Amino acid sequence: MVDHTATRLSVRGCNIALMRGGAGRPLLFLHGGNDAGIWIPALADLAARRDVLAPVHPGFGASDTPDWLDTVADLASFYLDVLDQLDLSNVDLVGCDLGGWIAAELAVRNTRRLSSLTLVGAAGIHVKGVAQLDPFLRTDAENIRDLFHDPTRSRELWQHLSHKEMEDVVLKNQTTTAKLTWQPRGYNPHLYKWLHRVDVPTLLIWGADDRLYPKDYAAAYQRLIPGAKTAIIADCGHLPHVEQPRAFVAALQEFLDAKRAAA
Amino acid sequence: MKFFNFHLMPYRHADLDAIEKHGTAWVTYSNRDYDPLKGAELYHEYLDQMEFADRLGFDGVCLNEHHQTAYGMMPTPGVLAGALARSIKRAKIAILGRAIPLLNNPLMVAEEYAMLDNLTRGRFIAGLVRGIGAEYHAMGINPTFSQERFAEAHDLIVRAWTEPGPFQYVGKHYHFNYVNTWPRPYQSPHPPIWIPSQGSISTIRWAAQMRYTYAQTLAPIAVVAKFFQLYRDEAEKAGYQASPDQLAWSNTIYVAETDAQAVREAKPHMEALANRLLKMSPEMLLPPGYSNIDSIKRIRAAKVTGKPQTCEDLIRAGVIMMGSPNTVREKLAEYQDLAGFNTSLTKTQFGTLPDDMARANMVAVAEEILPHFRNRLPQGVRQAAAE
Repeated sequence: MVDHTATRLSVRGCNIALMRGGAGRPLLFLHGGNDAGIWIPALADLAARRDVLAPVHPGFGASDTPDWLDTVADLASFYLDVLDQLDLSNVDLVGCDLGGWIAAELAVRNTRRLSSLTLVGAAGIHVKGVAQLDPFLRTDAENIRDLFHDPTRSRELWQHLSHKEMEDVVLKNQTTTAKLTWQPRGYNPHLYKWLHRVDVPTLLIWGADDRLYPKDYAAAYQRLIPGAKTAIIADCGHLPHVEQPRAFVAALQEFLDAKRAAA
Repeated sequence: MKFFNFHLMPYRHADLDAIEKHGTAWVTYSNRDYDPLKGAELYHEYLDQMEFADRLGFDGVCLNEHHQTAYGMMPTPGVLAGALARSIKRAKIAILGRAIPLLNNPLMVAEEYAMLDNLTRGRFIAGLVRGIGAEYHAMGINPTFSQERFAEAHDLIVRAWTEPGPFQYVGKHYHFNYVNTWPRPYQSPHPPIWIPSQGSISTIRWAAQMRYTYAQTLAPIAVVAKFFQLYRDEAEKAGYQASPDQLAWSNTIYVAETDAQAVREAKPHMEALANRLLKMSPEMLLPPGYSNIDSIKRIRAAKVTGKPQTCEDLIRAGVIMMGSPNTVREKLAEYQDLAGFNTSLTKTQFGTLPDDMARANMVAVAEEILPHFRNRLPQGVRQAAAE
């Protein structure tokens, strides 16, 4: 378990919060709609062997909300700027939920600085005929419960997010999430056409019981990204990195080690 | 005071128990409950009532727009305004209003409203609204762009009415190579624009700056008075004195021989509106980004949604006026003086109120209330800045 430093990063006038910890090859972790700004145990574990960078997206938490922020594509281009500015290479890019969508959009644009791509319960594409919950018609408490296979596991996150001091941040995060995902609901209808361009090793980590983007989404991503591998985590909902951190870290480490051995 | 007869056109045969069980009559409440045979009759019943309002001497009739709900059957109010344009000979016809951010092509409203203005030979009033939160669920429009789209669509529509075409329009949400609206509006420079709102401070400020008539939707009179004072203050800041004609209050009136009789008769129909047809969850009413974060916190803190309201509660709060002719006259005069408006947007049919009762009420309002207010202006309204 390795702790982090909370820093700020300014990229072309947009100032964001950045948590960074550990040393080694860079791993860029892109959070989802509900887990911004938390140095979760899974990140601390990964930081034992890597330089883990966990930014808070523009429009979320303590980061700026820039005027240019309208779409997920804007964030994908922003993170390409981030990689350039930090001059990172051989980056293992990991994105969860909304962060997975950003990561996929980034990877179809440019993989020059990437070593691998890992999508976790990722939004971004649409799979016909798969029942999904509508988070915008559910209460905050229901939304947090919906993220987990085991509802008792949701308590900690709920306590964190329902704290009065978090109200502004939660409303800000919900507003930006709505801006990016309301219509079409959680996907870009054109993204699937270009996922064949992802030319780095790709892993799809999915909770077996993900009710937001059920595991059919992992199968669809696997069909669309050449050579992608899938790790389905048992007894797990939409946030494997939060609900099953050990299984999540094990699956990710195994993939990254195997990729390195092959290279 | 001017009186407009405001109709919501509820699907008054809706299964109220099913709505109660489902939790709302909006968006997710299945249209299986809509019976076209009954609905077709209702359209004619309600249009007949609006024509009756014209003959009774109301100054105008009002329609509005809501989607995917038993609350109101007017997703496209222009259709009904078109039907009334030739049968209503004297009164004005107001659509309060079309929800322009829901449209990917607001030029269609510029065209539709210009047609109605021509068809009525200038008796048309053009209401523009953002639409309530539920419409953004129903129509798949991103609520976080609602304010931007409203501002842009409004500018586009006004320019389409006032600038000779063709011209190019390039905005953030709307892009047109050729803006060249035929027909042009009948009224010059364009039909009066009215802005209905639930009381958004930024909307009130903007309406005052633009000198648009501000129409306050369903709210207790004390709150209405506060909003209208804000409008007057903002007008003053913009360098003019607002006329009471620029302030319209949307209310409900039911008149019977005695106060007790009025409440007894109206109660189930009013409560069907307040507690069934209007009911929705905070998530449906206030999607993220529809209002800014401070407004959302204010609305949450006020806990306005969800509490069942009795007819008596609504009367006490001055949301509606019900009683003997004398009681209603007294209340309306008191409220007019308190809030300083000179336009009453009055619902005479509400909730499940059947046709015969609605018509009897319309006659009572026309005979017992309207004549007493014809030349009445608000008395002693505070013109100084609100505290």
